[in-house]
Amino acid sequence: MEPALFIVFGAIAVGGAIMVVTRRHPMASALYLILTLFAVAGLFVLRQAHFLAAIQVIVYAGAVVVLFVFVIMLINVPEDKLPVERVTGMRFLGVVVAGLLILESALIVRRSGMAGTPAADSGSVEAVGRALFTDYLLAFELTSVLLLAAVIGAIALAKKKI
Amino acid sequence: MAIGIKKVARPRRMSMGETLYLLEIVKGLGVTMGHLLRNIVRQENIPTIEYPEVRRVMPPRFRGLHRLMKRPDGSPRCVACFCCSTACPAVCITIVAGESPDPKVEKYPVRFDIDMLRCIFCGLCVEACPCDAIRMDTGWFTPPENTREKLIYTIDMLLEK
Amino acid sequence: MSGLFDLAVAVARIAIMLIFCLTFVVVLTWAERKGAAYMQDRRGPNRAKILGLTLGGIFHPLADAIKFLFKEDFIPDHVHRLFYQMAPMFALAPALMTIAVIPFGPPVTIAGKTIPLQIADLNVGILYVFAMSGLTVYGVILAGWASNSKYPLLGGLRSSAQMISYEVSLGLSIIGVVMVFRSVKLSQIVASQGELLWGIVPQWGVVVQPLGFILFLVALYAEANRTPFDLPEGESEIVAGFHTEYGSFKFSMFMMAEYFHLVVGSLLVATLFFGGWQFPYLASSGFVLPGGFSIGLPGAVVLLLRIGALFAKVVFFAWLFIWVRWTIPRFRYDQVMRLGWKVMLPLSLLNIFATGIALLLVA
Repeated sequence: MEPALFIVFGAIAVGGAIMVVTRRHPMASALYLILTLFAVAGLFVLRQAHFLAAIQVIVYAGAVVVLFVFVIMLINVPEDKLPVERVTGMRFLGVVVAGLLILESALIVRRSGMAGTPAADSGSVEAVGRALFTDYLLAFELTSVLLLAAVIGAIALAKKKI
Repeated sequence: MAIGIKKVARPRRMSMGETLYLLEIVKGLGVTMGHLLRNIVRQENIPTIEYPEVRRVMPPRFRGLHRLMKRPDGSPRCVACFCCSTACPAVCITIVAGESPDPKVEKYPVRFDIDMLRCIFCGLCVEACPCDAIRMDTGWFTPPENTREKLIYTIDMLLEK
Repeated sequence: MSGLFDLAVAVARIAIMLIFCLTFVVVLTWAERKGAAYMQDRRGPNRAKILGLTLGGIFHPLADAIKFLFKEDFIPDHVHRLFYQMAPMFALAPALMTIAVIPFGPPVTIAGKTIPLQIADLNVGILYVFAMSGLTVYGVILAGWASNSKYPLLGGLRSSAQMISYEVSLGLSIIGVVMVFRSVKLSQIVASQGELLWGIVPQWGVVVQPLGFILFLVALYAEANRTPFDLPEGESEIVAGFHTEYGSFKFSMFMMAEYFHLVVGSLLVATLFFGGWQFPYLASSGFVLPGGFSIGLPGAVVLLLRIGALFAKVVFFAWLFIWVRWTIPRFRYDQVMRLGWKVMLPLSLLNIFATGIALLLVA
């Protein structure tokens, strides 16, 4: 059951991601991005990371992409004025590098083997919370400082007179 | 009256409780629930008139649909003088006059059609009539119909009202 | 055999829950129209007849449904066709998915098997609800944008900004509940609410989290696009907002989504703050009153009482939604934003802080 689901969700995620970069209309790209995020959340659930899956959907699909869509709506470029994307040298290089990355990760997996099935409750809210506030407290606090800096920066940029 | 200065009451500052809104919302909910319960218990007090079954009683001088008056013998009182159709600002009255068989009466209306869709219910036809043959005292307005033809009232319909 | 039994039970639970909610939606549309009419001294729907009976216009939802089904499925010329057709589905589907984690009764034992009366008891529980309800905004945004005309676009913009703002307060306001009951699983939260506080008061969420309850209720109204926060529709300003260009069954899907939100919202309030299926002082053996009295009841009666308790709570909160709609006028847009960011957000943070201190002092 699990490998079959992994293949399904993985295929949706990869397919959706390819559609995100190839669609001409930004709104279509945004919708495919939601699909991809959903499929990734499904992959998280398969690895028992339920909390991470829920947060993924809440934060990325529920808030971040909404902001993307918001911007697309506000700019609202007519369909006949959308720019035509061309294959440039940089983009071709990007594809090559992505291929190399896939190859590399495949090699790493081959060398060190797949991780075993995690314990059933290792991704629950309690377990993640405990890990965040004990073992990874410093990283957690540093992240919150970084986010605070980003918020202040956004306000400073947006408001002319504070 | 001399021009004076009218004192307009400024809205007073809201008290602490009012700025919180919660109590005020509960009061408002009380008002609406009061109306709801009153209306469920005493349905007859709802001012809505359920139109086709119940009809509003119009005031006595209401200008409604026309009717043509009859003589004691039952023939129309109208003498086809065209005064009403001349007075009509909406040109909704069509009269075709004919020679009356009665020697005392010169003419009678062969056709007397009122297009109720054109009529503006101004009452000038009633004012213009020299022999009080047309009145607008039926106390009712144009009913809905499916076709326009049904709203052109002929002399028979007008006499029956 | 056991696998087949489990499958049958799972399907039955989904079917019962969905049918219940959809029927409730239908009745709610009637209750909304009739309630609004009586509150405004009108008579409301009373014309649709079956066999000469009107029964207070209860057949009007049926007539509406038939009308929506048989209307021409019209697509205006200027819309983005694909997105236009997708939007109603995006609006309805997440709303339907939300009910999966809500427990509608205590676990029952049939043929030696314990069956939880809940479609799925996920261990992320309440987070799943937020994940799904966060997605409903796409239906509104897509509808507003794909209609490709002015008023729907305004409605979509308003809705997306409003939903993002209030989702923050919505999420933060229930953290207090999660802290008090020490779980995000809804079944666990409901079970904890059966206990008594100081041996007298049922330990319902509203008792231990009064501020959290008010914040949650307000944020819920904003999330469900109900008056006083129905700016995305705002029929007096922007015609009908995001669904201006929709007709026939697509429009009715938006309507169903709105009322489904209402049902899910009522279920959530009842579950998180009013003890879910818990009946006050009712243990699984019968009534246990604080003075030491107890009245024994058979298990089936207890089960029915508990499901009935949840039903009564849901009916009340669904009615509250309607009641508030016909009482309070719509906010202005800047007022909505000010309330969301400058009042609700600090208050919900304060609530978390106060709950934390209280828990520390009690422990």
